[in-house]
Amino acid sequence: MPLLQLTDVRKAFGGLVAVKDLSFELAEGSIAAMIGPNGAGKSTVFNLITGIYAPDAGSLVFDGKKLGGLGTARIASLGIARTFQNIRLFAYMSALDNVMTGRHARMHAGIFGSLVHTPRQRAEERAVRERARELLRFVELERYAGSYARNLPYGGQRRLEIARALAGDPKLLLLDEPAAGMNPREKDALIGLIARIRESGVTVFLIEHDMALVMNVSERVTVLDYGEKIAEGLPDVVRRDERVIEAYLGRAEGAA
Amino acid sequence: MGLGFLVVALLGFPFMDRNNSHVDFLANAGAFVLLALGLNIVVGFAGLLDLGYAAFFAIGSYSYAMLASQQFGIHVPFWLMLLVAPVVAALFGLLLGAPTLRLRGDYLAIVTLGFGEIVPQTFLNLAQYTNGPNGISSLDQPSLFGHPFGFSATPYYYVLLGLIAIGILAARNLQNSRLGRAWMAIREDELAARHMGINTTTTKLAAFALGASFSGLAGVAYAAKLDLVSPDQFGFNVSVLVLSMLVLGGMGNIWGVIVGSFVLSFVNSFLLPQSTTLAHAAGLNLDFTNYRFMLYGVILVSMMLFRPEGLIPSRQRAAELHDVAAAPESA
Amino acid sequence: MDVFLQQVVNGLSLGGIYALIALGYTMVYGIIELINFAHGDVYTLGTFFSLAILTGLGVSGEVHGPALVGVVVVTLLASMLLCGITGVLIERLAYRRLRNAPRLAPLITAIGMSFILENVMQLWRGPSPIPFPDVIPNPSFNLGVVSINVKQIGVVLLAIALMAALQFFIYRTKLGKAMRATAQDRDAAQLMGIDINTTIALTFLIGSALAGAAGFVSGVYYGTTWFFNGFEAGLKAFTAAVLGGIGNVAGAMLGGFLIGLIEAIATQYIPGGAQWSNVVVFSVLVLVLIFRPSGLLGESLPEKV
Repeated sequence: MPLLQLTDVRKAFGGLVAVKDLSFELAEGSIAAMIGPNGAGKSTVFNLITGIYAPDAGSLVFDGKKLGGLGTARIASLGIARTFQNIRLFAYMSALDNVMTGRHARMHAGIFGSLVHTPRQRAEERAVRERARELLRFVELERYAGSYARNLPYGGQRRLEIARALAGDPKLLLLDEPAAGMNPREKDALIGLIARIRESGVTVFLIEHDMALVMNVSERVTVLDYGEKIAEGLPDVVRRDERVIEAYLGRAEGAA
Repeated sequence: MGLGFLVVALLGFPFMDRNNSHVDFLANAGAFVLLALGLNIVVGFAGLLDLGYAAFFAIGSYSYAMLASQQFGIHVPFWLMLLVAPVVAALFGLLLGAPTLRLRGDYLAIVTLGFGEIVPQTFLNLAQYTNGPNGISSLDQPSLFGHPFGFSATPYYYVLLGLIAIGILAARNLQNSRLGRAWMAIREDELAARHMGINTTTTKLAAFALGASFSGLAGVAYAAKLDLVSPDQFGFNVSVLVLSMLVLGGMGNIWGVIVGSFVLSFVNSFLLPQSTTLAHAAGLNLDFTNYRFMLYGVILVSMMLFRPEGLIPSRQRAAELHDVAAAPESA
Repeated sequence: MDVFLQQVVNGLSLGGIYALIALGYTMVYGIIELINFAHGDVYTLGTFFSLAILTGLGVSGEVHGPALVGVVVVTLLASMLLCGITGVLIERLAYRRLRNAPRLAPLITAIGMSFILENVMQLWRGPSPIPFPDVIPNPSFNLGVVSINVKQIGVVLLAIALMAALQFFIYRTKLGKAMRATAQDRDAAQLMGIDINTTIALTFLIGSALAGAAGFVSGVYYGTTWFFNGFEAGLKAFTAAVLGGIGNVAGAMLGGFLIGLIEAIATQYIPGGAQWSNVVVFSVLVLVLIFRPSGLLGESLPEKV
């Protein structure tokens, strides 16, 4: 059974149809990518998956559960985590606190536990703090543990966002343009990081504009244009697809 | 070490200083320290600007007045009221907080201000239950092991010390917990916070409820001590006074808030009247207590302009407020 | 029914005053997204200024004949000018530095400003209500079952005239266009060469001047004033601005008249009326913000992620 399945999903904003009759599947344990010209609707798809928008039509099923109509917090607790195109870290919380917050959904301390630090609550805090440090090591940010998130270098902030997303042990990780603004060395490191994330059992779905990175890292590519799927398959196949080429080139001409 | 010394000094104060009016001042100031600690949870931790906080103070006080006096012939013991009132106040915190959940910062402030007006106005209007503008007096006197508190301020002083200690512990625990991080996250970026699985509705409501419960405690102690509860004790100026304590002392910082609260109480109860006495002695017909609100206003304006993080800031707030290049808050 | 219609008339006059105050709130919010808490107190200042001028002119009751026009014009304009200047000063001293600060900072500053103004007025004329001269002779007319007096007509006419002037200014003049541009996108406006500081100062000038007009009108209409007036009137006028659609000038007018009507009718028909009318108006505010935050004439803008 696919981990994530979209069927005929549609989303419009006023008169503008952002996503039209979109259907695709994600296999568990895979690394997949979504590409397409700017404005093709890719971020909207992510927003639909994480519950920022409710679909106008169609269904989204994750791990056997229907996502349509569920709130973002609920969907996050089901095991979907994401990073954002415009980096949305908690700027004035430390890197460590950011990652610890990422684990919120999997923690059990409630109001009473937070108010009265019971032994159980304290044990949980210790465990979560330790796990957060591990994650910072995993993304090579352990020296920034006590720094405010906004003080991290740009590439570090992107990696921190990933660490925060992984803190909740998600089944599915959505990466929204994770390589944006990175230099070639950082992109290489990112490829390695994504591979290690998959090895740890997390399914990865990314939006990216860097074709080399997409081809290198993903097993399956879905191409969107004007909200519709125009091609899908192995990276090499999709890259040579006429419609895909036209979408990118045609768009470049039209925009001039 | 210094803290230990302070604790000993506070515990011994009524025996060292025989002037009971000083103890009286400290007891009153203590009630406001509790209020400031409570508002700090709502505004300082969770970032919800509540301009009507006095409403919960009113609810705490009136709970005592109605459940421990001749008014309805009910006589719940003082010590039990210390458990009951916070719960009642917390429930109202949920009630009054619920409509504000989806509002942006300034709109939330205005709505809470509206509630801050509605609550005392309602107590005023429902005269058949509350005696309207005259308020309820002759409240039950608390007693401990058969010894009534009497008219001295000293027993109330110790009660409030105890309540403040509990309040500080509670606030510190909350700050360093899953809930505290959730509050900070919501303050920073509500949308991203939801993606962590944070239920913003329950988290915000928890802030309102917990903040209000502090007022409930303060309300009971203050009402019992004052032996009178009336609507004009809970107006907008009280809400602003407590807010000013936070702004002056340092929003988000527990010790800052305590210092701010104490300083303003001191100015209010000592500095202004004493200055007036001095002025009169010097032949000047000035009454500084009339300048009270101007003083609050000047404090608010100048703090915001020159030191928005407060006298004893939380490191985080200082960083937030001085990084003008930082991205604006998202809704 | 007669009582109802009479209350409608009363409500419209009340609403005219609220509308004038609401315009100031909505203009300032539209351009810098600040709820100018001190605005209600500028309105009261308008009444105080008017009182001072009238006293200076030797007016203590009704004025008759041609002198009446002179007195009204002079006092009204002077009040508007003085309040306008006050508004500009407040913006310059207290709000300008905080334009890019987190939103809570200017709001808290505005509250502080409000307290300062109130205390100043309390020290100026004392803590009790003060009588305000009639100025305008006030015969009533009977229109069927309803009785209207000259002052009521005056309030409504002045409010409409000022709003028309404002609409003209905003939509037909270059400065007005600059205000609209700055309200929509401050950075782009700046890049177009618009002087943001001047434009914002102008907004405060006009908004506060309108509050000054409302202050004069209120003194004449009610015959009394009090240093603490502005708090309640300000909150109600803000409710009016929100009801009509914050940032929307026509909305402020509409909201003002509606709130006036609601208050007048609530006062009449709820037992113990006047005491509960405040609760009613604040409830309107809460309900509007929860169910239709964009107000009657506003548009809702979704957040782009």
